[in-house]
Amino acid sequence: MPSWPANTKYISQSTKRVDAVAKVTGSAHYSSDIQASGWLYGMILRSKWPAAKISDINLDKALQVPGIKAAVKARDGEFTVRFYGEELAAVAGTTKQACLDALHAIEVKAEPRQEFVVREDDAMKDGAAQVWDGVPNVSTGKVRETGTVDQAFTECAAVIEGFYSAPVQLHHPMETHGNTVSWTDDGVTAWASTQGVSSVRDGLAGALKLDQSQVRVLTDFMGGGFGSKLGGGVEGVLAARLSREAKAPVRLMLTRFDNALAVGNRPSSFQKIKIGALADGTLHAFEMENYGTAGIGAGADQGGGGGGAQIPAPYIYKVPNTRVKQSAVAVNAGSSRAFRAPSHPPASFGMESAMDDLAAKLGIDPLEFRLKNDSNEVRQREYKIGAEKFGWKEKYQKPGGSPGVVKTGIGCAGANWPAGGPSRRTQGEAQINPDGSVEFRLGVQDIGTGTKTVIAVVAAEMLGLKPEQITVKVGDTNYPPGPASGGSTTCASISPTVYDICTKALDQLQTQSGIADARGDNWFAACKKLGVTPLVVHGTWIEGLSTRPAYGVQFAEVDVDTETGLVTLKKVVAVHDCGLIVDKLTTESQINGGIIMGMGYALYEERVMDDLSGVVLNPNFETYKLSGIADVPEIEVFLINMPERGVIGIGEPATVPTAAAIGNAVFNAIGARVGSLPITPAKILAALGKVPPVAKS
Amino acid sequence: MEPEKFGAHSRRTFLKSLGTVAATAATAQVQSVAQELEKANAEKVVGPGAVPVTLKVNGKPLKLMLEPRVTLLDALRNYSNVTGPKEGCDRATCGACTVLVDDLPVYSCQKLAIEAQGAEITTVEGLAKDGKLTPVQQAFWDKDALQCGYCTPGFIMSVTALLKFNPHPTADEVKHACAGNLCRCGTHPHILQAALQAAGVDIPNKTEVINA
Repeated sequence: MPSWPANTKYISQSTKRVDAVAKVTGSAHYSSDIQASGWLYGMILRSKWPAAKISDINLDKALQVPGIKAAVKARDGEFTVRFYGEELAAVAGTTKQACLDALHAIEVKAEPRQEFVVREDDAMKDGAAQVWDGVPNVSTGKVRETGTVDQAFTECAAVIEGFYSAPVQLHHPMETHGNTVSWTDDGVTAWASTQGVSSVRDGLAGALKLDQSQVRVLTDFMGGGFGSKLGGGVEGVLAARLSREAKAPVRLMLTRFDNALAVGNRPSSFQKIKIGALADGTLHAFEMENYGTAGIGAGADQGGGGGGAQIPAPYIYKVPNTRVKQSAVAVNAGSSRAFRAPSHPPASFGMESAMDDLAAKLGIDPLEFRLKNDSNEVRQREYKIGAEKFGWKEKYQKPGGSPGVVKTGIGCAGANWPAGGPSRRTQGEAQINPDGSVEFRLGVQDIGTGTKTVIAVVAAEMLGLKPEQITVKVGDTNYPPGPASGGSTTCASISPTVYDICTKALDQLQTQSGIADARGDNWFAACKKLGVTPLVVHGTWIEGLSTRPAYGVQFAEVDVDTETGLVTLKKVVAVHDCGLIVDKLTTESQINGGIIMGMGYALYEERVMDDLSGVVLNPNFETYKLSGIADVPEIEVFLINMPERGVIGIGEPATVPTAAAIGNAVFNAIGARVGSLPITPAKILAALGKVPPVAKS
Repeated sequence: MEPEKFGAHSRRTFLKSLGTVAATAATAQVQSVAQELEKANAEKVVGPGAVPVTLKVNGKPLKLMLEPRVTLLDALRNYSNVTGPKEGCDRATCGACTVLVDDLPVYSCQKLAIEAQGAEITTVEGLAKDGKLTPVQQAFWDKDALQCGYCTPGFIMSVTALLKFNPHPTADEVKHACAGNLCRCGTHPHILQAALQAAGVDIPNKTEVINA
């Protein structure tokens, strides 16, 4: 069985990001920066109706706009649109201004439907407008039941019931979705802003009816995805069709507005939870009914309630008697997509909130309550380390116990990320040149997580070189295939693959050169003996160097102003594990990022829709609030290094427990539960009885 | 020849004219404004077709033919190949497009290219000289103050502008200077550390590895 080296020079240390110079000097070319020879600007016309029958789209006048070279319909013939923002047509022209003019010149014959529904509650009512003809809006999965729930509740010493909800959250990567696509007789080249060059290649080839070998996808740099950029998307197909029509490359990047409507989101989640514990504090009975919407992507009959409702419950806890009923609700809104740790942040928020509510009823410290009921050994250890670093015992007061107008509170929550392991199909190659230079080529992509740096760190460690001596090439479907960057799988996929490449390369190099150990000081002498032919070595993912899952716990401290309702997040202590830490610096960046995204989920972010017009009311950053630098608290990260477990991904677990920990800290501060995310000042004041409850959006 | 500041020129003339208008009778005001506007515009009608525009970008002249409605960001990214400034929203909310206009940080998506004539425009490409990173760029690298890197040029320009006017900022002053820049990867703690490092204050990294 292979194993990671015990004494390391680079692995588990801090290596500075290998592609950072390009990013700080502006020489990094993102998909939206590509200027292929003769490129055209592309734009999409979208439905302004939440539901309509489109009977005709006339592009003639758009094609007459000076500078316009091509226009295509999203679909031929009559068709139905089901959400505000659905694609209708697209244009390509020499300038953005020409495209803007052309979009206005497209004539659309539409019969808007008055029957549409954008709120989950409304969609569930009898007689509600049907999002999909002939298909109920609500899909009800099977009731999952273990034990004897009703009787178990009668045996409990304390039972609480709560309603916890989380809104639809938007991904909003800083670079919007899009591609530059060139379609010639030789095939399609797509410079895609994507998390998966292979998945985009396969998606485009399928949609365009081309051989997969005729499509090449390139992603040198991309500006974030968080789960929403795993496929080529409608916009990719439209860009390709425009390119074929115009006989020129087309760069079609979405606007920020488009990004809020049509390229994914995290489904909403509404959870009615009843939970009870025995007198000694042991969880005994759990019942949940929950629903949520994945937009138009929900509502068909899906076993288990999928499409936005299916969240793990009772999350990380084992309760002997449980009953769970989950329903997905279709509404006239853009479909959900995978979003950083899909289904876990809402699951964590609901369950961990209920845990604190129950602990309060039992009159015990919520941390003690977790230690009693969370059997996971890693989290047990993490809670104990975190509590000490955070000063839990010194800071803890009973809910509402903080004096004064501005009340302080603390809370904690735990995570579980069952993915994060490897893709076993990962491949890669290295070319070792006679002059000692070495290039690693893997068909994965660096979405900002540090993939290129991880490859350089592992290769440098194994070959006895410095990371800066390793040339790393990723983001090209011409390289040996690797997985899409989803599920926090990339690091655990590529690290063993690079290990395997290096082991094989050293074997061959040592055999060919006759030098017993070609590493380090002997590297250049060994390479020189290759003569004129570079050594190209292919490797694959191998067993024993990576695993899953990852855990993690977080502690939050807040100030809540009981006069204004403002919540200030003061501090977060995060204790995480990802097996063998490959690069400490980029690991820390990902954990910071997970916490800050979770903070937005807790306090600021919510897609707001208007039930009368069916439009998204906050499709831009002035109204959809992201955490800014002044909002960000002091963050302390503690990493438990467990090399014996091998490499595990960290991007997703780090965002799972943040909102729950913040919500519990708010509860601890004011002694009243705000069960609805985001925790806005209005909801705080309502929870304190100072203003009427906020109308549900 | 010094390029003419079309936008600034005509707006100043227009505002001066408005002063006169304010003194006239209220009933005649609307009509007068229209007349004054017409008069001011008559001095120099620009567009709507493309007009020659000369920008000074990173010390070099950039001669372009642009419709007056083209923004500075659009001119840099799409009519030229200066793609360091990024488009994140195109409506002054994200800061990815931040450039320096005569040393002041400006959202280039909110300034028309014709209005930027005559000014010194600096983008992230214009910072490093002879391959040597500026202290701000170096600090962003050292502190890992970037993840996907798309917002990075904007943050670097905001911090660069801050340090020009305030070489020793407090943490709160850094936060204030970066309040107009968004980062979705959540790199903010490292950006704060990097800005302070560039100002000569090293913030030790607190992250602790606990070996099993």
